[in-house]
Amino acid sequence: MMDDRRLARLRWRCRRGMLENDLVLGRFLDARGASITEDDMALLDRLLDMTDTDLWDLIAGRAEPDDATLAPMVKALRTS
Amino acid sequence: MSPPVRRFDAIIVGAGGAGMRASLQLAEAGLSVAVLTKVFPTRSHTVAAQGGIGASLGNMSEDSWLWHMYDTIKGSDWLGDQDAIEYMCKMAPKVVYELEHFGMPFDRNPDGTIYQRPFGGHSANFGEKAVQRACAAADRTGHALVHTLYQRNVRARTQFFVEWMALDLVRDADGEVLGVVALEMETGEVMVLQAKATVFATGGAGRIFAASTNAFINTGDGLGMAARAGIPLEDMEMWQFHPTGVAGAGVLITEGVRGEGGILLNSNGERFMERYAPNLKDLASRDVVSRSMDQEIKEGRGCGPEKDHVLLKLDHLGPEVIIKRLPSIREIAIKFANVDPIREPIPVVPTIHYQMGGIPTNVHGQVVAPAGGSPNEIVPGFYAAGECACVSVHGANRLGTNSLLDIVVFGRAAGDFIVAQNLKAQAHKPLPRDAADRSLARLARLDGAKSGERVPDVANALRKEMQAHCGVYRNQELLSEGVRKVMELDERSKRVAIADHSRTFNTARVEALELDNLMETAKATIVSAEARRESRGAQARSDYPSRDDVNWLKHTLWYSEGNRLDYKPVNLKPLTVDSFPPKARTY
Ligand SMILES: Cc1cc2nc3c(=O)[nH]c(=O)nc-3n(C[C@H](O)[C@H](O)[C@H](O)COP(=O)(O)OP(=O)(O)OC[C@H]3O[C@@H](n4cnc5c(N)ncnc54)[C@H](O)[C@@H]3O)c2cc1C
Repeated sequence: MMDDRRLARLRWRCRRGMLENDLVLGRFLDARGASITEDDMALLDRLLDMTDTDLWDLIAGRAEPDDATLAPMVKALRTS
Repeated sequence: MSPPVRRFDAIIVGAGGAGMRASLQLAEAGLSVAVLTKVFPTRSHTVAAQGGIGASLGNMSEDSWLWHMYDTIKGSDWLGDQDAIEYMCKMAPKVVYELEHFGMPFDRNPDGTIYQRPFGGHSANFGEKAVQRACAAADRTGHALVHTLYQRNVRARTQFFVEWMALDLVRDADGEVLGVVALEMETGEVMVLQAKATVFATGGAGRIFAASTNAFINTGDGLGMAARAGIPLEDMEMWQFHPTGVAGAGVLITEGVRGEGGILLNSNGERFMERYAPNLKDLASRDVVSRSMDQEIKEGRGCGPEKDHVLLKLDHLGPEVIIKRLPSIREIAIKFANVDPIREPIPVVPTIHYQMGGIPTNVHGQVVAPAGGSPNEIVPGFYAAGECACVSVHGANRLGTNSLLDIVVFGRAAGDFIVAQNLKAQAHKPLPRDAADRSLARLARLDGAKSGERVPDVANALRKEMQAHCGVYRNQELLSEGVRKVMELDERSKRVAIADHSRTFNTARVEALELDNLMETAKATIVSAEARRESRGAQARSDYPSRDDVNWLKHTLWYSEGNRLDYKPVNLKPLTVDSFPPKARTY
């Protein structure tokens, strides 16, 4: 069972300081929304802890994640 | 039932550059300070700033604060207050060196001094020639600024209330501000945060327009709270457009692209800027390019099925130049416009970028409003700084890099002034019985509404009407109709309902509360614009094309109650130097 409130918290944390990130994260949530898995939520949460400029570098493909376990989520955001 | 109360010497709402510069002064002076922020401090919108912070360090060639002052006054089209502008330009080198000392990683010259970039509107010797005045940390100046200030604040033991949303001001019968009512997002709990000084540093409200470079959090909460508490908003008709935002997305494409040789085309494939600005062409100033683009679109030469944008063409630069020198622009175009600029042009529109108006303050950050015959009577206990405030250093048009400067200078000034009040020695005033009533009523209505319109529908309709009626070029017919439409939407906004009534991180509820603030800001903007029958700076009226100093060299003040306007004089008298009297603004 997916934890509703965890998703709600994630949704708020997708509000960022840079419009670029707002837009990409918004598209991702709209597409994935309620069907997101617990594991993906945990990955996304880790990415959301990053600063906006670093997150945007990842999404824009200017940088790669330090930790390979994040790669699938980064890929999902890049194609959102 | 009244909510719990917590008491502090000072409360700051907002943890961007302005809020954290103010809180640092207070915390270092040993006051108890609470800083409330909707998002984690380093995710405040200040992180998006790339270009730099202006200061006449003179590291590249001779420069002086007086020249910076002249450029700022001229940029403001003489609507800026010259006392505040003198204060800011004089303080600029000091605050930049302070940031350097705090560890902000500025770009450097080979000799170790801070490197300074060229920027539009920065001149030496009163407009004679260009001067390099912008201090930057690569293309991440805003990011470097908030991270530096955050670290310093942690060291000074500033207390952050992260993911807390301020809902309303608490004002007593004497008009004194005693704090805010706030919502903790994680628990949904409401609390009164009482203080002897309350500082608003809530940033801009760029989300009232459909085409905006601003992040989603910029909903003008500080403006809405102030307006609901009876405080006027100043010069809200003055909004700066950036000429090249990606159509439909808003994401900013920097001026640098046109610097590299990018050109703007209309639907006939014509390089139209040659007609409007034969010398500078696509590199003319922001307002000139925005107006030219708007005119092309209005006259039917826009591109795309809706004929609602123009094109920014880069492919003639060749793939090497684009990949090497403009990689981030290519990524933005691919991601948000679905075009690869190596092959296709980018659809762009003039896009809202910066709010010059705001909560009226003096140079100490004290909020001022007309009372007892004075246009600038102090509202006790209340301060504002940064993009939400209007001190007014930007007047009718902001000079590039002056906003980061504004937030640091006046955030610091407000902090210093509050420290000098010796708040520790003062007792808290009694809270009025109805302190939280307005906020509780707003929440109760949302909780009780079983059916009604959806918040995003009303918010999107508002953005659309603002864009259509209060855009780059304005005229009486458009504005009058716009005022009518916005007032209709104001009524609709009172009947919105949300489906989700849960307490934890209820984004729908937050967005409904933000809608009230968008509404106040939009009303202030379009009512002020409708009334100002002249063109000055960012207010471009096709029916009143010239500046009218006889009738309109004055600041607008809009009051929410009664949707009413008032005016106050512009301060043309600097603190120590001679006044710069109004003259034609030509570049
Ligand atoms: C893309 C872009 C590039 C820019 N580049 C430059 C540049 O190069 N140079 C320059 O001088 N200027 C630039 N600007 C303008 C400048 O960045 C901003 O004007 C400035 O950063 C605003 O800072 P601030 O501290 O006033 O507000 P912000 O940084 O926007 O911070 C507002 C704070 O208020 C909080 N807040 C808001 N409402 C509430 C509430 N209800 N409750 C609790 N907290 C709340 C937010 O969480 C946030 O912490 C740029 C702007 C944009 C959009």
